[in-house]
Amino acid sequence: MTSGVNKARLHKWLIGGPPLAYLVVFFAIPVLIMVLASFRNPGEFGGLAPIFNDDSGSAQLDLTTESYGRFFSDFLYTALFLKSFAYAAITTVACLVIAYPLAMLIARSPKKHRDLLVLLVILPFWSNFLIRVYAWMIILGPQSVFVTALNNVLGLIGIGPVTLLYTPFAVVVGLVYVHLPFMVLPLYANLEKHDPALLDAAQDLGANAWRRFWRVTFPLSLPGIYAGAALVFIPALGIFAIPDILGGTEGIMIGNVIKQQFLDTRDWPFGSVLSMVLTVMAVAIAGLAAWVARRSRT
Amino acid sequence: MNRRSRVLWAAAIFGYAFLYAPLVIVVAYSFNDSRLNAEWVGFTLVWYGKLFHNEKMLKAAWNSLLIGVTASAVSTVLGTMAGYAMYRFRMRLLPLLILAPIAIPEILMGVSLLIFFVLLNISLGMFSIILSHIAFCIGFVAIVVRSRLAGMDESLTEAARDLGATPWKAFRLVTLPLIMPGVVAGALMAFTLSIDDFVITFFTAGVGSTTLPLQIYTMVKIAVTPEVNAISTLLMMLTLALILIASKLAPGSLRAQ
Repeated sequence: MTSGVNKARLHKWLIGGPPLAYLVVFFAIPVLIMVLASFRNPGEFGGLAPIFNDDSGSAQLDLTTESYGRFFSDFLYTALFLKSFAYAAITTVACLVIAYPLAMLIARSPKKHRDLLVLLVILPFWSNFLIRVYAWMIILGPQSVFVTALNNVLGLIGIGPVTLLYTPFAVVVGLVYVHLPFMVLPLYANLEKHDPALLDAAQDLGANAWRRFWRVTFPLSLPGIYAGAALVFIPALGIFAIPDILGGTEGIMIGNVIKQQFLDTRDWPFGSVLSMVLTVMAVAIAGLAAWVARRSRT
Repeated sequence: MNRRSRVLWAAAIFGYAFLYAPLVIVVAYSFNDSRLNAEWVGFTLVWYGKLFHNEKMLKAAWNSLLIGVTASAVSTVLGTMAGYAMYRFRMRLLPLLILAPIAIPEILMGVSLLIFFVLLNISLGMFSIILSHIAFCIGFVAIVVRSRLAGMDESLTEAARDLGATPWKAFRLVTLPLIMPGVVAGALMAFTLSIDDFVITFFTAGVGSTTLPLQIYTMVKIAVTPEVNAISTLLMMLTLALILIASKLAPGSLRAQ
């Protein structure tokens, strides 16, 4: 009997062990090193100070909270986080407004069409991320047919020509475009489960379409909205390529400063501090979304 | 059709147009006979021709292919093992380590791997990119394989065991053939994710290990030429083909995302 148990254990570790070991080495340990790095000093030539002190030959960690102090004393970085937060929040709301009718249409289509309509939402998501961002560079660029037409119309009513590329507006458009499927899918999954009899009942009781939506459909879809909001907000917060390509100097977000700390300034401890704050925010928001979703269910 | 559903249709059509217009524009301009992404001048294949004489682009495509094949092969084996282990045994840490890389912002994985490789004196290049790609692909393969296992008839494996097959033999001759579509779909998904990855590659790449997304990024940042439209169109077609094959093999695996 014990040999059977031991054998099952052996199988468990033979099969589960290698992937577990890989993820510990190439995911968990790097993340822990980053936590540690946020408490260390930068090296003389950038990066991190060496752990082994050359003179005495002994290892020393030299932990310091200096980089955290710098983060909290300079309002510049808090402001940057707030700005990224605002961009991610606007993106989430815009995604919700565009995604809701889409998800509702799919959920109310005949069953045989639903899979195709869902696939049509996911398909653009599978094309390369950079290509999707680059496409907006064409659309919002100064030579674009769209911007020229817009400026002609604005010219008629006496508003000067507008620039769209390399502005915060372009960043938000890019963020919305890239994250839209993450809002549509959980919303659809929720709306699909609604019992149509509820709407019929509301109608029989004299509620018009507007009331039926706000009093029945919308409250029931809140769990889907929370899930979608978390799925849009968290990745949008940490993005750096979209502001990098569409944002110009005005539109930078926290991801750009993290990138800059690691690759240009090479102040790794401070870059790690910014990454840690971003992680804490992401985990907190995910936790909040899960908590609100659980509360709304009971 | 009442007024309300007309409003819904209009809003939904706007949503689909918003999703597809940018991609259609990129494809259309890849055939436009003009250096500017502005007016439609005429049809040409010259940008595709230029692409095949662009040394940097060809090298980047070769690097991407090499990384994609290696990373998807290794992560398919490890991911299948992980999916099977999570299905069959009670694993505590593994599910967390499978989901966390998918859930956290990508940039965090990128910078933490950068610190890790530099501290271990592993030079940044093809090898470090492949190691990183395996790390984020395992989870996706594991999720697809696990969902395939969940839909499998457990009694078949039990029957094989009752008939005297060793656990390994039962796995190889019964379970594996049954979950094969899920494994292949996972492999294609891993390949697609690897070919497409920008953020993690950006932090773990070194000199001479430029991949296609990194090359596109450089071109977009420095000078946009219609060649970017052409390579984007080709890359979209490749991804589309792979995804269609994957969804044929394991319907529903796309939604595992």
